[in-house]
Amino acid sequence: MAEGEETRRAIERAARQSYGKLLAFLAARTRDVAAAEDALAEAFASALARWPQQGVPRAPEAWLLTVARRRASDAARRRRTQVDAAGPLVLLADELQAATVASDIPDDRLRLMFACAHPAVEPAARAPLILQTVLGLDASTIASAFLVAPASMGQRLVRAKRKIRDAGIPFRVPERDELNDRLGAVLETIYAAFAEGWSDPAGTLPRRRDLAEEAIWLGRLVVTLLPDEPEALGLLALMLHAEARRGARRDTGGRYVPLAEQEPVCWDSALIDEAEAALARAGAMGRIGRFQLEAAVQSAHAARRLTGRTDWAAILELYDALLAQTGSPVVAINRAVAMTELRGAAAGLALLDDLAVDRRLAEYQPYWAARAGLLARVGDAAAADHAYEQAVALEADPAVRRFLQDCRARLHSTPAGGRRSHGRGAHDPGCRGRIDRLRRKP
Amino acid sequence: MKYMLLIYQNEATSQARGEKQTAEFMGAYMAYTKAMRESGAYVAGDPLTLSSTATTVRVADGRAKVLNGPYAETKEQLGGYYIIDVADLDAATAWAARCPTAQAGGVLEVRPIRTM
Repeated sequence: MAEGEETRRAIERAARQSYGKLLAFLAARTRDVAAAEDALAEAFASALARWPQQGVPRAPEAWLLTVARRRASDAARRRRTQVDAAGPLVLLADELQAATVASDIPDDRLRLMFACAHPAVEPAARAPLILQTVLGLDASTIASAFLVAPASMGQRLVRAKRKIRDAGIPFRVPERDELNDRLGAVLETIYAAFAEGWSDPAGTLPRRRDLAEEAIWLGRLVVTLLPDEPEALGLLALMLHAEARRGARRDTGGRYVPLAEQEPVCWDSALIDEAEAALARAGAMGRIGRFQLEAAVQSAHAARRLTGRTDWAAILELYDALLAQTGSPVVAINRAVAMTELRGAAAGLALLDDLAVDRRLAEYQPYWAARAGLLARVGDAAAADHAYEQAVALEADPAVRRFLQDCRARLHSTPAGGRRSHGRGAHDPGCRGRIDRLRRKP
Repeated sequence: MKYMLLIYQNEATSQARGEKQTAEFMGAYMAYTKAMRESGAYVAGDPLTLSSTATTVRVADGRAKVLNGPYAETKEQLGGYYIIDVADLDAATAWAARCPTAQAGGVLEVRPIRTM
């Protein structure tokens, strides 16, 4: 029994660690993402059937690829696709014979990401496609992250894979002149993956923690490969800042701790330093963008470890710039919260009211949580109660849910329940300097 | 992979070209086609006559209905095509972008040719 368990764990480990790499290897050589997925799924099924008897092979990834290649090549013979599958697959076999250890298998994930983010792929499908293929996320998880119904997300993914295969979209890193446009989609995707993994703050679900780590890994990879792209650095800085606060989001009793109440000593200063260095490098390149601005917001929060205060005026300015760049309702919610810290809850609430026309927000937890907090602060307990109820219902994380339930309970115990004091501060010169640098147009 | 480049142009624009401009335009096409042949990408290609010469055929209840004019009355009309054999979509769109009609404000549609 212990042996069977061991084998199952080996398969799960291979699936988690290698899925994207194996899929990228197969898809990059056949251009048929769906067929590569099918072949790989069959290879994992074979592993489940055979490894318990035969033992885990010395090079599990190469074993999986060899089986998957055989499946893909059978499938191609049965249903002759437009891409001549025979040529690439012969090449594949040669490469695989040389690959006896995992590290010998070439890493084609970046090529796969650029294929998925190709301009000929439907824009709304690009990020979901990278999440599904490179990180192995299932379609329903992706759908919920993108506020889309699972069925439409499924169709979107199928259409995109067909387009890649039938239109002959190449698996390669774009040339200099087309890189900027294509990189934006890739970076957004990496960030979406990171956010997905970061939402498990306790790190109790290994798959989700891996996702955040994998996203940071992908972020570093892009920075290494494209060292002159400030937005890639901005994204890396943003993710590192968030990662630095992972542990601080829970107290020793496992209770949720909002950012404003976190102790800066609980933040990972090495990660913050690395984030600051990346952001400084990006800033020096003089090409501002969404990710650098978001990282600068995180940098302003992190400055509290040195100043003991949060510079909300600086943060509001950064959100102004972000809103102008992205028009994102999520940015607008954060901006309303920053406005509250500067001008009071009524001002913040007025901004949130303007957003209520966006129907997507009706199912967006941060909207309801922000709204509830602001309503409590202006003393509208009845409306706050309703908003907390919505926020609790939409929250998947038990610790955050408990936190929101506690806030809701306090509405009825004190007249100004839920009111919290936040450090509101003098301007941190370091932070101001950064904003000025970021605002300067090249 | 084989692709068809469908060349769409505003016919009013092409008809408004003077003699010298037309000669220049034709020269650009000859150079383009020559480059395509030399690279090995060229499979076939032809210009079409004006869309006013088009005839549309529909079969309804087993009877052919023949109508004067092109299938779609749009600002840009199909004016010619190339069939090219290249590595991938990026190579095909690179050829499309170099097409003199694309350079002169026309539109190219790139369609993979289905192999049976």
